This record gives sequence, structure tokens and C-alpha cells, in this order.
Amino acid sequence: MTDHLIIAPILLPAILAAVALFASSTNIFAARLASGLGTLGLLALAITLMVQASTGPPQGYFLGAWPAPFGIVLVLDRLSALMLLLTALLSTFVLFQAIATGWDRRGRKFHALWLFQLMGLNGAFLTGDAFNLFVFFEVLLIASYGLMVHGGTGPRIKAGLQYIAVNLVGSTLFLFALAVIYALTGTLNMADLAVKLPLLPEGDQALMRVGAVLLMLVFAIKGALVPLHFWLPATYANAPGVVAALFAVMTKVGAYSTLRFGTLVFPADLAVTGTLISDLLLPAGLLTLALGSIGILGAQSLTRMAAYAAIASMGTVFVAMAGFTTQSTTAALFYMVHSTLAGAALFLTVDLVQARGPSRYGATDRPRLPGRLAALFLVTAIATAGLPPLSGFLGKLMVLQAALGPMALVWAVVLLGSFFAIIGMSRAGSAVFWAPKSETIAPLPTSQMLAPAGLLALLVALTVFAGPVQAWMAGTAAALHAPAPYIEAVQLPGKG
Amino acid sequence: MEIFVASAVGLLTAVGIYLLLRLRSFPVILGLTFLSYAVNVFLFSAGRLKTAAEPIVGTTEIPTDPLPQALVLTAIVISFGMTAVIVMMALGSYLETGNDRVDPDPEADLTPTDLPGKDRA
Repeated sequence: MTDHLIIAPILLPAILAAVALFASSTNIFAARLASGLGTLGLLALAITLMVQASTGPPQGYFLGAWPAPFGIVLVLDRLSALMLLLTALLSTFVLFQAIATGWDRRGRKFHALWLFQLMGLNGAFLTGDAFNLFVFFEVLLIASYGLMVHGGTGPRIKAGLQYIAVNLVGSTLFLFALAVIYALTGTLNMADLAVKLPLLPEGDQALMRVGAVLLMLVFAIKGALVPLHFWLPATYANAPGVVAALFAVMTKVGAYSTLRFGTLVFPADLAVTGTLISDLLLPAGLLTLALGSIGILGAQSLTRMAAYAAIASMGTVFVAMAGFTTQSTTAALFYMVHSTLAGAALFLTVDLVQARGPSRYGATDRPRLPGRLAALFLVTAIATAGLPPLSGFLGKLMVLQAALGPMALVWAVVLLGSFFAIIGMSRAGSAVFWAPKSETIAPLPTSQMLAPAGLLALLVALTVFAGPVQAWMAGTAAALHAPAPYIEAVQLPGKG
Repeated sequence: MEIFVASAVGLLTAVGIYLLLRLRSFPVILGLTFLSYAVNVFLFSAGRLKTAAEPIVGTTEIPTDPLPQALVLTAIVISFGMTAVIVMMALGSYLETGNDRVDPDPEADLTPTDLPGKDRA
């Protein structure tokens, strides 16, 4: 029975989403109940699976009891459990904020889309099959299309159109990559690929490199890696604030997939690809970080600033990841958790400002903003920029310690990036909070402060318990770089 | 036969990419459709091209690989659904903004067009 828990994070939101779809459109209570129960249920499931994954080896779940590699297999390992827990924690807070601010009432079917989004995310983190990963990407994307234009008018729908077009191109590339890989190996099971790729004949290796790079391009689009980041600023700046906060974990799907494929399928000691992926990731990550930081500095509104902060944080994650050593993967995981929570808190705070007036810096028609909103922005900005005492500082320290390659360049970009972020956010804070033209104060109900404050409390906890968390992540990174137990869990024929 | 299939994939992709780079939403959607046709044919040929072979082991001497056919079926269904979504979104964008350009409007997100509190449900 406990074995079936692995598929529960996919089934629970799927069933509740169907219920939420049929909920009355005039009375939102039933839909809120469904998605509240779903989100809390996912949190409980994620904690259970986290305990299960931390104490035991990776576990496979065979859909329809079909043996791998013929059937689809789900695999629960420490990385999947971490991503499930991160998603569940984030969505609990953000859903609360969506209800507290009334965002969910401003269009129809918010809660059903929300649950489908969670289903897609959980499925992408759990699946052990590359084609199934594509299917779950589509599930989470199609839900995100609906959420992105939720309650929207002109500009938001136009931004949504661009977002969909970019992601449809990404899906096409994904299929091209999968077809190349299948044609060469005859399998799309990730563990089976890990076993078969070292045996690939000499003549097929060039084509396999093309497939690997195509696949990484798809993940780079999802992770908003320069030069494939163009979709992100307009999408995040135009999406409803609570949806942008949930999207903080969407870019991490790209990072997760890169990490999974980079350690399991295309590890650095594989003859076919060698260090190809890490060689491409490092410069792209540095460029992303630089461009994101410059974007923070150059933004003219809070929403754009937050969107560029999301790009900069992805740059840091990819710079850390590019090392593909146990130490650098640990740093990448730590910073990924930090930046997801900090990014979400930033988007929620910016949304609270935007709900009270224009988020453009020089706006004259903005009411005086309450002091506690300014305090919230201050703490969020400290977290996002990576200043002490919050966990962003520790994360960046770990990234710097683990950095490989041209050390001076990496240090310069990461530190200058943080510097630019500090200046950009100070400017944003003073331009928005210190320049009141009006005497009326826009009040801020306490209920709307709970979720961003809760996310910040999680960051404080991450800072206080940084030691145990880092040790746990080091264990996760070590497991990722020695994937034999993962492959074992899939029970390939002729392997035992 | 291989040369024809390969040329078809190449031609469809080229047409798709050309249309994708247009400024109006209708050609862009057509371009995406062409791209998805190209990838469907490509995916199908991933199982090697064979004629008069059935995808069932035991009924013919050399069976063909059934998996790419299943993959391509999934891909067709998904791309069909996605095309429907993007057509609706393009229509919505056209009706809301009065033009069907896909390039961003730099001023667009600087003014909040709708503030929370106005229930649209």
C-alpha cells in the first residue's frame, strides 16, 4: 500500500481538479475547498515521501505493473522528494495569498487550473521516462497558459500569446530531441538510457550529441537561460502576482531536468557527451546572471524588476550546476530552494504594491504605501539580492566555494551581480516607497501579509538550519552523482 | 523512400520556421502547425522506415517498431490541443487589443489595467 504513495502526488490533484471544474461559478467556496484540501494534502504527501526517500534507496513505481523499460516508471529519489516538498510548500503559501487577495475570484476556473498545474509539476519531478516527462511538461504548460492570462485583459493576453508560442516551439524541440535519442538507443526510459549510452557505437555519437544539445535547449527555454530567456520578463510582469509567484518553481523544472539528465543520462564521464553540457552551461549561466542583474538595475517598474531578479537567480543556479561535482550540485540545490522561496515572496510583495497603485517607478498617481509593506519589501529585497543575514548569502557563498573553471570570472560576475541587484532594489524601494505624492494611505490587511511573511519565515528557517539542510543536500548530490541505486530501482531486465 | 521523408521533414521545418518569424499571429500559428507536422513525421521515422510491416511481433517476418507510432499519436493529440489553445488566445488578443501583432508593447505592463477588487467571476 505504501508503495502506491508515489503516484498519489499526481492522482490527488488530478481528481480534485476535476471536482473543482464542476464547482459552481457563482459560489467559489467549493472550488477553494478542493484546491485547499489538494494543496494541504500534497504537503502531507510530500513530507511523507521526503521521509521515505531520505531513509531508503530510490523507489520505482511501475504503472500498470508493466516492467521497465516497456512501461512507464515513476521514480522517487531524494531529488524528486525535495522538488515535491518545495512545490507543496510554495503552493500552500501562494494559494493562501490568492484567496486572501481575491485573485482567484477574478476569472473562472482558477482552482481547477491551479490543481492541474500542481499535477504537472509533481509528475515532471517523479517520472523516470523521458517521453512521460514531455507529457507532464505539456500538462503543466497548458495549465500555466490558463493561469497566466487569468482574469486578464489586452496586454496580459498578448503576453500570454507570446508565452504559448515560445513554449510550443520548445515542445517541438523536445519531440525532435526525443526522436533522435529513441532512434539511436531504442529506449526513452531514463535509467535504461544511462545503461545504454556508454555502449553507443562510434558512428552514432555525433547524432547523439545533437540530441543531447536539443534536449538541453528545451530545458534552457524552461529555465530562462540566456539567450532563450526572452519570454520571461513579459510573461512574469504581466501574469497575476500570485501566478508569477507559483511560476518561481516553473523555471526550476528546467533546472531540475538539466540536473537529472546531466547526472543520470549524460554524466561528465560518458564518452559521447563528455563535459559538453557543463561547457555550455557555465557561460550561459554567467550571461544569464549578468543580464538579469543589469535588468534589475535598468527596470522601470517593480514587476519588471522582479522578473529580471528571477532571471538572475536562474543564472546563479545554472552557474552552480555547471560544475557537476558533488559540492557544486549541493550549492545549486541550496540556492535553488532559496531562490524559489525568495522569488515567490518578491512577486507576492510586488503584487501587493501593484494592487494599490501603478508599480512604475516615477508614478505620481500612487497612494502612500503602508510602512509594513515597505518593511516586507525590504526583507524580500535582502533575501533576493543575497545579503546577510538571510539564506541567499549562504547560498551564494556555497556557489562561490564550489565554482569551477575561470574562478576570477565566476567570482566577478556573481559578486558584481549581487552588487547590481542591491543598487537596483534600493532604487526600486526608494522610488516606490519614499516618493509619496498623495496623502491617502492604501491600507494593507494583515491577512494579505501572512503568505509573503510566511515565505520569509521559511527563509529564516533555511538560514538557521542551514547546517543540517546542507548536509542533507550533500547526501542528495552524492546520490545524484552515483546513480547506480536509481538505475537499480527501475529493475531493468537482465540487470539482476 | 528515405530521401523523400527526410526532404519532407526538412521542407516542413523550413516553412514552419519562416512563418514563425512573421509579425502577425495567424502566420505564427500556421508556422507552429507546420513545425508540429514536421516533428510528427520525424518522430514516426525514428522507428526506421519499413513498408508492409506490422507493428505486432509474430505476424510478420520483420515487425516494425510500435513505440514511435504510439509516441506520434500522443504528440498529435497534444499538438492539436495546443493549437486550439493558441488560436483561442490569438483571437482573444485580437479582440482585446484590436490588432494581431505578436511583438510586445513596451508600455503595456507599466500601467495596471485591472486592479484587484473588481470581481470578474
